[in-house]
Amino acid sequence: MNANPLLPDTLFHLGPVPIGRAVVTTWVIMAALALFLPWALRNPSMKPGAVQAVLEIVVTTIARQLREILGRDPWPFMPLLGSLFIYLCLANLAAVFPGASPPTGHIETPAALALVVFLSVHVFGISSRGARRYLRHYLEPSPLLLPLNVLSELTRTFSLMIRLFGNMMSHEFVIAILVFLAGFLLPVPFLLLGIMIGIIQAYIFTVLSAVYIAAAVGAVEA
Amino acid sequence: MDIAIETVSIIAAAIAVSFGAIMPAFAEGRALAAAMDAIARQPEAAGTISRTLFVGLAMIETMAIYCLVIALLLLYANPFVG
Repeated sequence: MNANPLLPDTLFHLGPVPIGRAVVTTWVIMAALALFLPWALRNPSMKPGAVQAVLEIVVTTIARQLREILGRDPWPFMPLLGSLFIYLCLANLAAVFPGASPPTGHIETPAALALVVFLSVHVFGISSRGARRYLRHYLEPSPLLLPLNVLSELTRTFSLMIRLFGNMMSHEFVIAILVFLAGFLLPVPFLLLGIMIGIIQAYIFTVLSAVYIAAAVGAVEA
Repeated sequence: MDIAIETVSIIAAAIAVSFGAIMPAFAEGRALAAAMDAIARQPEAAGTISRTLFVGLAMIETMAIYCLVIALLLLYANPFVG
């Protein structure tokens, strides 16, 4: 049990850059999505086949959930939030495949995703409300609360990152301890629990991003 | 000297995880009980309630995860142990 969960395990070096197992897993997920989706949607039709129907169900379900949270047309936000959810689901479930390590279980991937959400909240807020009105909401309800508003902006991004990282990493760690202690068959129920944790964390990350974006673009204006 | 710091770090990690688990568990239990109560009164609002419940539970659970991260930092990335 000497493996440090906070350090990535390096597979090989690409020039001076160490490439970890998690990065390779990310590449495999990206390649799978980039190859599978154009293949599945190469000739979309009004009477969809099985694959197209499944993809449409996934997309419309995400859009319906987002519409309930945002209280407005979800399609401007679908490219970000929908791909975030699908990527997180696949990344969290990567633990099921032997040899793959979930990229979200290492600090870099959640940090990058939280940074993307942090920046896109401001982009969506400014583009939908205008810079002056958007920046003024930091002065509400009173200018005295400006430091607290800025602080909460930073801490919620930080907690978004730590929540995903901590859940996935601790689960990986629990499995490692169980394999170390009991080896065969005992980790299986925990792997099943891991599937549930992974999907719930992907859902929570997406919902919280949607809530932050909804707060930035202003509540129900439809 | 190093041994003393390591011993104290391990004890501190155990304390952080144990106390960090008590209150979030208590709070999650209360939140879950309240949500069950609300769903029993208004089954048609179950969708909204459970979505809010999940988000709230995630918020509460973050506190326990913070404690876990602190404990792992103490054990694996302790700045005072060479």
